[in-house]
Amino acid sequence: MFSGFMVNAWLVATVVAIVGGAVGFFVVLRGSAFVAHAVPNGSFAGAAAANLIGVSTLIGLGVFSLGGALGIGLLGRRGRHDVATALMLVFMLGLGALFLGFSVEYAPQIYSLLFGEVLGISNNQLAPTFALAGACLIAICLLYRPLLLSSVLPDVGRIRGIAPFAVELGFLALVALATTMTVPVVGTALIFSLMVGPPAAARSFTARPGVAVALSIAIAVIVVWAAIALSYQTNWPVGFFVGAGSAVVYALGRGWSFAVLRNR
Amino acid sequence: MLHAIVEPGFFQSSSVQLGALIGGIVAVVAAGVGVFTVLRGQSFAGEALGDLGAAGGSSAYLIGIAPLWGFFLVSLAAAGAMELIGIQRARGRDLATGIVLGAGFGLAALFLYLGTIDTSTTGATVTILFGSIFSLSSSILPLVLVLGGLALGTIALVYRPLLLSSVSPDLAAARGIPVRLVGVLYLASMSVAVALSAVTIGAILSTALLVGPAATALLLTARPGRAIAIAAAIGVATTWLGLLLAYDSYYWPHRGWPVSFFVVTLVLIVYLIARFARARR
Amino acid sequence: MSDALVVEGATVRFGNRAVLDDVSFTVSAGEFTGLIGSNGAGKTTLFRAILGLQQLSAGEVRVAGGSVGYVPQKFLLDPDMPLRGRDLVGLGLDGHKLGLPLGRPGRRVLVDEMLDAVDARAFADGRVGLLSGGEQQRILIAHALISRPQLLLLDEPLANLDLRSAQGVVSLLARIAREREIAVLISAHEMNPLLPAIDRVVYLADGRAASGTADEVIRSSVLSELYGHHVDVLRVHGRVIVVAGTGLDEHPPPSAESEPVEIV
Repeated sequence: MFSGFMVNAWLVATVVAIVGGAVGFFVVLRGSAFVAHAVPNGSFAGAAAANLIGVSTLIGLGVFSLGGALGIGLLGRRGRHDVATALMLVFMLGLGALFLGFSVEYAPQIYSLLFGEVLGISNNQLAPTFALAGACLIAICLLYRPLLLSSVLPDVGRIRGIAPFAVELGFLALVALATTMTVPVVGTALIFSLMVGPPAAARSFTARPGVAVALSIAIAVIVVWAAIALSYQTNWPVGFFVGAGSAVVYALGRGWSFAVLRNR
Repeated sequence: MLHAIVEPGFFQSSSVQLGALIGGIVAVVAAGVGVFTVLRGQSFAGEALGDLGAAGGSSAYLIGIAPLWGFFLVSLAAAGAMELIGIQRARGRDLATGIVLGAGFGLAALFLYLGTIDTSTTGATVTILFGSIFSLSSSILPLVLVLGGLALGTIALVYRPLLLSSVSPDLAAARGIPVRLVGVLYLASMSVAVALSAVTIGAILSTALLVGPAATALLLTARPGRAIAIAAAIGVATTWLGLLLAYDSYYWPHRGWPVSFFVVTLVLIVYLIARFARARR
Repeated sequence: MSDALVVEGATVRFGNRAVLDDVSFTVSAGEFTGLIGSNGAGKTTLFRAILGLQQLSAGEVRVAGGSVGYVPQKFLLDPDMPLRGRDLVGLGLDGHKLGLPLGRPGRRVLVDEMLDAVDARAFADGRVGLLSGGEQQRILIAHALISRPQLLLLDEPLANLDLRSAQGVVSLLARIAREREIAVLISAHEMNPLLPAIDRVVYLADGRAASGTADEVIRSSVLSELYGHHVDVLRVHGRVIVVAGTGLDEHPPPSAESEPVEIV
């Protein structure tokens, strides 16, 4: 399980889990689960477009995930945020349907776009994945405090010079970055689960923000490792174990909160 | 002049007529349910039910059941799951939706794997995801009418409690309205509405018909009854115009652009126009 | 005493309507001032102007150097949020800084000192979202104070508190103003909880303001002129009630009392 092509799978999956757990902390804090779903899913249109015009998938994903994220930010600035997210998502999916219709041979790759091919990662995918992950984590380290303050007390943050709209756009760009680096390797469904389940569980176990981030990352990594191991043994898809694993840790977290609250 | 816009054979084509009829019915049902979706801020739930239903539809297709049933049953089950683990606060609800969606995608991956990884089933998946409005069979019409009637009927039944609990859950609870029950009935209607629009423009894009016209209507009026009427009109108009453009596009380069693309783009454009007009006021 | 806040002829017009009309007052260091007015009188607009969020159509607002501490009226603190009271107070110190919080050695001591200043030490280690309204408010006051502002603004802090909590907050704020030489300005629509503790009053009605001590401002003559029709000010066992006249008089009758009527 630990040799040959599997090494790539373990490496990439770990990096993806770290990024997912870290970005996911803010996704859950800001109540942006829908955005975390919409940006990866919508970005698939970018992959289809890239395939159509013959550029690298990464560029297509990057452009569409960033464009979609910013569109959500601009549209959602006034008025209903969930409507803005939904309309941007379906518009990008509509574009994806269009591009798919133009190219004949792309249809079978939908499966891998949704669920990824983490067990089939080639060596030349490693470098861009690690580089983008590094960029993502550096951004989070830099923006941690203003992002935290503005997410919790936007009005107070504004007085301190942190414009809530700028923070929203920055956060959306972060989600887009996480999307771009993870979708080619693990697909859209998986990164979404990692950005929602582990952070939601982590915050049930601790009230300290720094600890919650670390725990979120740790839980995501454990879920992913278990998923790969189980997938290797059973041949069932990794995506299934990640989805199920996220649900399980979320349930554990909820159960813990409930028990703690009861014993007050 | 008409010939410039409408390619020959459009009005006479039976598949166009059927598509327009079913598409029209679906748009009306989606409008009735969608206004509440927007009021309650549950666009994510609508989207998630669409995605999960697609998984159900694909699985049903693989084991030989009509996709609409698979869609319908799975989205009802998912709605139940979301309601069960969900919390009344909007953020907690979205999180529960996300968890169910993630788990559902995982299950979908499993079923697709267990079924078979065969390009023909991927084609079926594409159809379920993106719709097939030009290749509907008229046998589906009674089912559409029954399910559509069921969804609208449920909404009509709980109209006032639903409206109050959507706008102010605390006030509704204080008045003795069973907010949770009303929420469950509403989610059930939404499952049906989503299933229906999935048949015409595809599962993933059914959110567009559910949310877009309703959101536009609510920008133009604050009265829910009027909003439903406006949303229905917008939904029907964009569906029919989408049909027309898709039909015409058989003569464009790349032969035959998907209806779903046109409908979704038109829905977004109409919404943007309403937003722009409102900002100007 | 230096002036921490100077408002001179502040006017805000939306179309034909003057939401603020030639408002002038000052708040000096160490002064505890109450901004009284019913809803719609212009309190929020005035606060926004002071905070720099609202442009003035005419006039000027000058805030002495240093920062402004701000406690907003509404804040959404999720019960699940992974943030302790002391974490939130700590963010008041460095929440606007980039980079990771690598812990200044004196940070914890400073936070503890602030928590003591507002009597919040006892509940500072629990989840902030689980605290009562009054407790959360104390945390927010500590958060605002820790950056050593010269002006502290609180937007309707008493609005959702029971009488005892309200009295507690008022005496706390009076103490803070005195002991730390900070200018404290709070807005309220109900003036009685404030009257025992405040040094000065700014009374806002229909965008017009009168400022001075409570005795100077809360009088029939002054308020009648402000409202543009006759009002009576009654004192009942030391509490003040403002009673609108019949509304038929446009101007106070010539024989109107200039002293408040006392009912014992």
